Amino acid sequence: MQSFLGKRAVASAISLVGLIILVFFLSRLTGDPTDLYLPVDASLESRERFREINGLNDPLLIQFVHYMGDLLRFDFGDSIRRSEPALEAVLRGFGWTLQLAVITMSLVTVSAIVLGSLAAFHVGGIFDRIATFFSLIGASAPDFWVAIVAIVIFSVGLGWLPTSGTGTPWHWVLPVAVLFIRPFGLILQVVRGAMITALHAPYVKTARAKGVRNRPIIFVHALRNALLPVITVIGDQTTAILNGAVVVETIFGFPGIGKLMIDSILQRDFNVILAAIMVTAFAIFLLNLLIDILYAVLDPRIRY
Amino acid sequence: MALAETDTPKMTKSTHPALTMGRMLWRDKFAFFSALFLILMVLCALCGPTFLEDIATKQNLRGRNAPPFDFSKAWVYWLGGDALGRPLLARIIVAAQNTLFVATGAVICSLTIGTTLGMIAGYSRKVTSQIIMRLADVIMAFPSLLLAVIVLYMLPPSVGNLIVVLTITRIPVYLRTARAEVLEVRGRMFVQAATVMGASTPRIVFRHILPVILPTLVTIATLDFALVVLVESSLSFLGIGIQPPEITWGLMVSQGRPYLTSAWWLSFWPGLVIILTTLSLNLLSNWMRTALDPVQRWRLEIARKKQ
Amino acid sequence: MTDHLLEVRNLSVDFHTAGGTVHAVRNVSWHLDKGETLAILGESGSGKSVSASAIMDLIDIPPGEIVSGEILFNGENLFAMTQDQRREINGRRIAMIFQDPLSHLNPVYTVGFQIAEAMTTHGISKDEARRTTLDLMKRVGIPNAEEKIDAYPHQFSGGQRQRLMIAMALAVKPDILIADEPTTALDVTVQAQILALLEDLQRETGMGLLLITHDLGVVAEVADRVVVMNAGEIVESGSAAQVYRQPVHPYTKTLIAAVPGTGAMAEPLATGIKPILEVNHVSKHYGAFVALEDASLTVLPGETVAIVGESGSGKSTLAKTLLRLEEATGGEALYKGRDLLTMPRRELFDIRREVQMIFQDPTQSLNPRMSVFQIIAEAFAIHPGILPKPQWRGRVRELLEHVGLNATHMDRYPHQFSGGQRQRIAIARALALEPKLIICDEAVSALDVSIQAQVIHLLEQLQRDFGLSYLFIAHDLPLVRDFAHRVVVMQGGRIVEQGPVAQIFDAPQQDYTRNLMAASLHPDPEIQAERRAARQQAQEEYA
Repeated sequence: MQSFLGKRAVASAISLVGLIILVFFLSRLTGDPTDLYLPVDASLESRERFREINGLNDPLLIQFVHYMGDLLRFDFGDSIRRSEPALEAVLRGFGWTLQLAVITMSLVTVSAIVLGSLAAFHVGGIFDRIATFFSLIGASAPDFWVAIVAIVIFSVGLGWLPTSGTGTPWHWVLPVAVLFIRPFGLILQVVRGAMITALHAPYVKTARAKGVRNRPIIFVHALRNALLPVITVIGDQTTAILNGAVVVETIFGFPGIGKLMIDSILQRDFNVILAAIMVTAFAIFLLNLLIDILYAVLDPRIRY
Repeated sequence: MALAETDTPKMTKSTHPALTMGRMLWRDKFAFFSALFLILMVLCALCGPTFLEDIATKQNLRGRNAPPFDFSKAWVYWLGGDALGRPLLARIIVAAQNTLFVATGAVICSLTIGTTLGMIAGYSRKVTSQIIMRLADVIMAFPSLLLAVIVLYMLPPSVGNLIVVLTITRIPVYLRTARAEVLEVRGRMFVQAATVMGASTPRIVFRHILPVILPTLVTIATLDFALVVLVESSLSFLGIGIQPPEITWGLMVSQGRPYLTSAWWLSFWPGLVIILTTLSLNLLSNWMRTALDPVQRWRLEIARKKQ
Repeated sequence: MTDHLLEVRNLSVDFHTAGGTVHAVRNVSWHLDKGETLAILGESGSGKSVSASAIMDLIDIPPGEIVSGEILFNGENLFAMTQDQRREINGRRIAMIFQDPLSHLNPVYTVGFQIAEAMTTHGISKDEARRTTLDLMKRVGIPNAEEKIDAYPHQFSGGQRQRLMIAMALAVKPDILIADEPTTALDVTVQAQILALLEDLQRETGMGLLLITHDLGVVAEVADRVVVMNAGEIVESGSAAQVYRQPVHPYTKTLIAAVPGTGAMAEPLATGIKPILEVNHVSKHYGAFVALEDASLTVLPGETVAIVGESGSGKSTLAKTLLRLEEATGGEALYKGRDLLTMPRRELFDIRREVQMIFQDPTQSLNPRMSVFQIIAEAFAIHPGILPKPQWRGRVRELLEHVGLNATHMDRYPHQFSGGQRQRIAIARALALEPKLIICDEAVSALDVSIQAQVIHLLEQLQRDFGLSYLFIAHDLPLVRDFAHRVVVMQGGRIVEQGPVAQIFDAPQQDYTRNLMAASLHPDPEIQAERRAARQQAQEEYA
């Protein structure tokens, strides 16, 4: 277990360093933030001062060395746009996105597993066909379009739900609902497929020969075996939300990390971009670890 | 079966493969209509711009935000007009070209590059394999939005750029799948049999392994095609994909957004076309998995033998 | 009315598949009484397992369909019962064990849970179920039952898993036990133990035992009566001895004739010939694990040397090492005086032509995406010196005819052929290189007995025609007895004994070899009864 953890941490650290280098230099190729933050007619001196303050005057390599040096002291630099520590802004945004991800994926997991298992038990039945069709539509729908249509119907047309913000629980309904659709469709498909395989496995035959009833056969014998591939997909989908549900957050004015990211990219707020990448990368590392542990818990044959 | 081994193969029926495929497609009505719809979209993409380019870009101030279903107008206005009075139906047909071209290009490029890298990673020494896998990790973690912005600022705006961005972001999927499949297939007995005969590494990789893993990869590519359409739409929607005056369906949704409350159809129709296209691709990919089964059947036979 | 415990009457089952309707069994009738053992004997595809699946309600409907017939258990028709009533019978009154216990045990639950579940399902309390589980595990011979009750299936050996399956099946003391190929994947010594356990338990409980098998030896060992099935129909039935001694149906006759282990044994080849292969002290270690240690043997031109041993004996490792699929840890293997194990790749490439291999499972050793022509002609593509391209088709045709296949089928794909035909294709592929030595790794184990006999016959004929040498790796002793000139016995990575076939079979020197021979089953029920008696006597003396 320890050597496994160590190997994983080393591999992730290598990737992360590569990522930081790549992002650091590539992001600076997109232009000088000075032009964005100062008025067009700003004087040369004030431009110079802006560059000086934000450390943009040094050669790129020196800037990078400074940045890495600060990083080793857990100093992620300041946000140009908000003049606050970059890490603070990122953690605030990440907190919101994490809540969004946890709520959405919990709902997705429970509903997709229950409905997918039932669909698999009567393959080709009416319930199976309805579930399959709707899950396919869910997996095919562009989230920005669903978001817009939902706003038109529920906020503008019916006036039931607010369009943006995070003030009340009602504010969460639309973002969660829109984010729910695609992972739900995908995971339901995977659950159904894995359950069909599991329900035809020889050990299910043994259980039937023992006289075990249908419900324990589905939810005790088959489900635990079918969960392994399902967990992988759940992990991927959670990763996708953590990496920034950019579109949904933008449309609903949700102050999550995805919105922060796109704003920072468009505003050349380099320190925030880098901090955001590192925080999400760390979170995803932990998530993958959690998934590996879940694997070992579910399947005694897996040992690290 | 009689004791004396009969010398006739088990399956003697052999109709033309294309015919068999067609018949199987007709049997699954969902897949059949998906295929029809996709063919229609491809036709739109190929011929649309030639015939409708002028109509789709001509502004018509009297037809601004014209509502749909006004059948007294020309057919291109049946789905309404946009903020500059351009006919929506014509624009959707013209936009099919960019949308499908970007998706096709990205899928083909990422499939080729990813599969090649994945096979190298699966069949080479530990160090090479590790380098390729870490590279895949970096690509996976690199925010595609940032990549899109970088490319947008570095290169003159063009459809090709978007293909580059999408290709890079989709490479890891094929790379990982190809590697995993190669690792599994290279342990199979027919690969050992080829080794015993003295086959070279390129021969083993291209003659023995690639044909076996290709169906899996192509099925993934079909699914991925739908995903790429969605991602392209999102990027264009966010303003970091295709730049006007070029159009794609995603960009049309974005352009209609300010008029949501007054003219819903500006965003609605292009979105609907996106959903129908991706739905068709998903349905077709599902069908393909079953249709390709006779080829995969030998895997099942092995599973039974082992017992 | 009937007074049989279980009676199947005129059962017909169809399966509706994409390729048309398959009549799995037609008009099958048999019965089983208390305390009796009935064997259903048949080759793959004979429908021997279908009636058992129907009894246990394990046939998926659709695609399956029970066309006609009834199954009477204690005089009551199972098909007339509700699902719940049948579930009450499953496990409680009729239990079943399967081939390949590893896949038939749920990998993610402890064996204790799975055995206890057979009881809790039928209303026994959890505590009592766990106590009984412990007793059962001890009864079927699992050492350390107290610890092992919370272990998972993958932590047991193949034989122990089958013991656990038996414990699970007998948990609620059923009236009938159905055993579907219960010993097929097991080593012969383990097979003997499992069969003995089943017989003991049957004596204790008086249950009826229905045994489904393809192995005449198993029938001879345990069955009172036997039903022979072919292509979904019963062709013959009667007492085990009678069916073996006086078979009536032509199918039964050919089946019995095809069983190996009854023919004459080969004479050893003349001494003084220079060996084609000389293996000296070869070993293979995986880290601390010793897979092969100090293996030495020789193969003469035109000779068949068999390597026998149970799983884990290192016999396949030896084959892979000789072919450089694995690198040896030590030793040398001289082929015509040159060391196979250390020669450079270039030289090895040329030797590949002369030393070929035939693998166990032709389904896996033939690339499914290549046509038969491509598979065989690949030899010529890899070694350009053999034949110019225009002659490939002609030569492939010739080779296919050599191995007894219709040459017009050379553009078909492997999955369009039967198992035996596929192994012929694999043999043709090996022959294409014109080898001198062929290593056969369990080359006929995956085939039905009758097909096995044909392939062995083909190998013998090719040996005569081309002077081939075989290194024949097998676990099936009767087969080796009929085919080999010399036999090498392996155990735990070492060679324990080697010598001419007659010496090994008639006068084995080592205890291990003797045990192996004693555990091997003879198809003749009378001979098997004598052996059983001798074994019991030995046991009593020992006690």
